[in-house]
Amino acid sequence: MSGTMNLLIGLAMGFSLLALASSRLPSVIRAAAFQGMILGTLPLLLEEKFHWLVVAVAIGTITVKGFIIPNLLRRALRAANIDREVEPLIGFVPSLLLGAAAIIGAAALGSELPLRPEHAKTLLVPGSFATVVCGFILLMARTKAISQVCGYLILENGIYLFGLLLINTTPLLVEAGILLDLTVAVFVIGIIVDRIQREFDTLDTRKLTSLRE
Amino acid sequence: MIVALDIILRLAAWLLLAPLLPGIINKVKAWVAGRRGPPVLQLYFDLAKLWRKSVVLSTAVSPAHVAGPAAAWIAIITAALLLPVGPAGASCSFRGDALLFVYLLAFARFCIVLAALDTGSAFEGMGVAREVSYAVLAEAAIITALLTLCVQSGSVSLATMLAPSAGAGAALLAAGLFGVLLAENCRVPFDDPNTHLELTMIHEVMVLDHSGPPLAAILHGASLKLLLFAVLLTEAVLPLGKLSLLQAIGALVASVFVVAIAIGLVESLLARLAFRRVPLLLTTAFLFCLFALLVAWKGGRL
Repeated sequence: MSGTMNLLIGLAMGFSLLALASSRLPSVIRAAAFQGMILGTLPLLLEEKFHWLVVAVAIGTITVKGFIIPNLLRRALRAANIDREVEPLIGFVPSLLLGAAAIIGAAALGSELPLRPEHAKTLLVPGSFATVVCGFILLMARTKAISQVCGYLILENGIYLFGLLLINTTPLLVEAGILLDLTVAVFVIGIIVDRIQREFDTLDTRKLTSLRE
Repeated sequence: MIVALDIILRLAAWLLLAPLLPGIINKVKAWVAGRRGPPVLQLYFDLAKLWRKSVVLSTAVSPAHVAGPAAAWIAIITAALLLPVGPAGASCSFRGDALLFVYLLAFARFCIVLAALDTGSAFEGMGVAREVSYAVLAEAAIITALLTLCVQSGSVSLATMLAPSAGAGAALLAAGLFGVLLAENCRVPFDDPNTHLELTMIHEVMVLDHSGPPLAAILHGASLKLLLFAVLLTEAVLPLGKLSLLQAIGALVASVFVVAIAIGLVESLLARLAFRRVPLLLTTAFLFCLFALLVAWKGGRL
């Protein structure tokens, strides 16, 4: 069971590297969506007893992160009619290497932390650190608003992974609330992206730093 | 006596079977494209034809132009003899031969590069620059892969390293080594072995000015290198050392065949990458090997 979970978390880390390496916006969105779907199945593996609330939250997470949010982003992409190239501030190879360094660092850090015995043998903590850092790199190293949203989603996936450590004590309603917040945030960003595109004729967020009347 | 016979048998197997691999790959490509394609034994005919031809030398070249391919061929054959074959082990094995293996491959490349530069043509220099800059990244990956096997088996001798399987990270290692195989042997998506378009050639550029027996040595050396990487990939992933000799040889032949088909399919289904995208792909191969190393290192504790 811990083997399956580690495999899934490893796959999720692979998807965050894929997001860092891909040069097209749709594939970045797809990577973030697959990562969300993989992580959405984890509560089912973590919980020993079958509980309908856990199943509901897992299904909700998979639907929202795997289908609703990517569709919102794709719609924003289509509506704003932007070209699909990712414009990196840090090149693909350096950001990929940074992501790999983050994963190795997280694995080293994870083995140093005093974790509870049931968590020490899983990749939950290293996986969440690595995913958060990869999300940050994607947020910082890309100029387009859509890829920054994907960075934010990957970052949230990392925090969600960390939250799984406390699955026995946190009410699952909190998870559901976070999911709702996330959907609303992406929905709002979808509208904002359209507005930015109309106002500035670009989605390059560097242009947003200067104020004008 | 037995040792000498063993070495001769292995040598004959390596030398005779190697040109089969490009034939199989070409057959797979022809099959996917719906053509009949050249016969599987085409490279043998080509080598025989080249061997009979005389050497045409430019006035600018030094003896290194002819000596380079020969030295490279010998280096590759020596590297091949270091690889173990299942439970039979290698014909020559000692502590640290994994390093010698890497250096022999690098030496072979150095010799080919030297022979290419020796023609004094700027065009060949361009191909050399590309080949060497890819090699830097590919070598990082193959050294990491060997390091993974070292950590996994706790040994620095190829015969012991390659006997067990690569453990939990085997899939990662296989992906990484397959990428290295494609890059080192100048296959699609890194280089196209069929292209003769000036601006896109890499390996072909370097051998343009060679003719006759030296070209035969280069072509045969390239096929040997392909077989060598296919065998390395198989032995790194499958626990061949744990099987009986016949089983191991059967598994080895079958998986080399599978690797050849995989290369053929990759060549038919993928387009060649633009030059600026190649480092990204090679970095990916390196990272696959690196994560296999991470799994080998941490895997014991998880």
